[in-house]
Amino acid sequence: MRALQRGARECALTCVKVRECADPRTARLIQVKAARAQARDHARHPSQRGARMQLVCPAGNLPALQAAIDAGADAVYAGLRDQTNARAFPGLNFSDDELRTGIAYAHGRGRKVYLALNTYPDSARLATWFSAVDKAAAFGCDAIIAAEMAVLDYAARTHPQLPRHLSVQGSATTAPALRYMHERFGIARAVLPRVLAIQQVERLCESAPVPLEVFAFGSLCIMVEGRCQLSSYVTGASPNRHGVCSPAKFVRWDEQPDGRRSVHLNGVLIDRFEPAEPAGYPTVCKGRFDVRDEVFHALEEPTSLNTLELLPRLARAGVAALKIEGRQRGAAYVASVTRTWREALDRHRAAPEDWNVQPGWQSALTRHAEGHQTTLGPYHRHWH
Amino acid sequence: MKLSLGPPQYFWPRERALAFYREAVHWPLDIIYLGETVCSKRRELGTGDWIALAQELADSGKQIVLSSLALIEAESELGALKRQVENGEFWIEANDLSAVQLCRERRVPFVGGPSLNVYNHVALAMLMDDGLRRWVPGVEQGKTLIADVHAAMAAWDRAMPELEVIAYGRLPLSWSARCFTARAHDVAKDQCGFRCIDYPDGLPLATRDGSPFLRINGIQIQGDEVTDLGPELPGLRELGVDVLRLYPQHEGMAQVVAHFDQARRTAQPPQRIGARNGYWHGEPGMSLPGA
Repeated sequence: MRALQRGARECALTCVKVRECADPRTARLIQVKAARAQARDHARHPSQRGARMQLVCPAGNLPALQAAIDAGADAVYAGLRDQTNARAFPGLNFSDDELRTGIAYAHGRGRKVYLALNTYPDSARLATWFSAVDKAAAFGCDAIIAAEMAVLDYAARTHPQLPRHLSVQGSATTAPALRYMHERFGIARAVLPRVLAIQQVERLCESAPVPLEVFAFGSLCIMVEGRCQLSSYVTGASPNRHGVCSPAKFVRWDEQPDGRRSVHLNGVLIDRFEPAEPAGYPTVCKGRFDVRDEVFHALEEPTSLNTLELLPRLARAGVAALKIEGRQRGAAYVASVTRTWREALDRHRAAPEDWNVQPGWQSALTRHAEGHQTTLGPYHRHWH
Repeated sequence: MKLSLGPPQYFWPRERALAFYREAVHWPLDIIYLGETVCSKRRELGTGDWIALAQELADSGKQIVLSSLALIEAESELGALKRQVENGEFWIEANDLSAVQLCRERRVPFVGGPSLNVYNHVALAMLMDDGLRRWVPGVEQGKTLIADVHAAMAAWDRAMPELEVIAYGRLPLSWSARCFTARAHDVAKDQCGFRCIDYPDGLPLATRDGSPFLRINGIQIQGDEVTDLGPELPGLRELGVDVLRLYPQHEGMAQVVAHFDQARRTAQPPQRIGARNGYWHGEPGMSLPGA
């Protein structure tokens, strides 16, 4: 029996999915363990009975979408090539044809595509968002991810069969806030802002009226999503209204003859760098400023969120889905990060008691992190 | 046109805060917003104290509104919100969806605060069905957006709620789980020592070339500039603005209120006493270097 268990562990190490396991006895043991884990989940979390934690990955373009699917994403999220989503960057996102192709690719492999429509239209531009909702329905998207009430309301009335996920941009951090969105718009899932500690996430899983999705990895917004005006204060370009943060057209790098550099955003000095010093993208929140006569990263240093070590707690809490940030990143990032999380999730599902973080996973993720460093962020009290 | 004193943004010692409001109740204001909107650890005045102060000030005939916390994370914060909503007397300024839902469930009228993210008439109309009676647009929503909402509501044959705009004060720009005041002192949020109390108008943050830029206010970031929409008064009247919101500053607030009181009684726009608010004109919020 011990040999069989070891075999199961080894098998879980080498094969990504139970169904791909060649040894039927080992596969059976993995399945039994998974069933036991499921039974525990069943007892603890009525809202998430039998559910397996889904891996939701970013797709900034068609190659990234395909890379995510190939690497084991359960679902990808994508945006149209306009201001209806929060990554409205030049050269990014999907034309109608590309989106149709992407959906066919994902559906052909039994995976899902969510369309992010998570910006805030003003009255004069509502039609553009409504038409994007229509497209999501017509093209066969599996859900929309939206934040704004008019968009959610239109979707609920016009395409009630199209599931609605509340975007992180919706800034819902409590059970009553989620109840509002659920009662008003029938949301099927909510993505939590990156502000809650792990204990708060666990409690919210118990009290929320809908399954929850949380951020697992990627660039970290230090501010509550959907409520940050730092970019628009400096540039007029707003994440909520225009789907952009500190757009590149406002960025100006200056290099001195000695190699020192400075970077301005619309004329406001965000940071200075020594010749060999690494320099990240200049958002206001990651600049260095003078506070109390000290110059430092007063808001946040360049770093990425990485919750890998919390995976067992998130699973036990009944979190429905883990989200990877990074629609602005390329296919190589998406493939590598997705593959790492897929493996971590599958191994946890197969043998939750034996699960621990593999050094290879952490180093793979750190390679893709901003500033090559990661943090547990708000999940961990000490970070605050 | 009415004048309101917006909710306190900073953390003042208890006696200072009480003295401020006992003075403010004699100023030519129509509405006073009370309550902690930034950080639940600021307990020089607790939820019960704010409600007691509201009852004390209500005799003045001014409308008193209880403002809710903009970012709610802990169960204890939800408990405080519930206590506010169930006060039985005063409207609530709902600064997040938790407050909207609790007001909606209990049929308590509310003011939609500036952090609610109302960008269009559809959202506004839905919130009115939920009990919204007055709307304070967010900081990045300028005159064009508000005029569009107005026009769309008119086309629907729906009345606007009362419209209140931030006319004076530093603009709240963002909120975080992190406390930036604690970070600036290199201490953990849980051991912050309530240092915000040392910065009665926020902690200044400057760029590396020494230009004032932002204000750190606990978990909130504000623009450094004290903005002033006074010179825009004729346009505000035309837009149907009902209430001018003046955010409390530590010094000279009586004069600020007197200035706006004088201005609302005069057709001529007043002289500028603060920075131009670029957002109002559809531009970056701040005055840019060299502009």
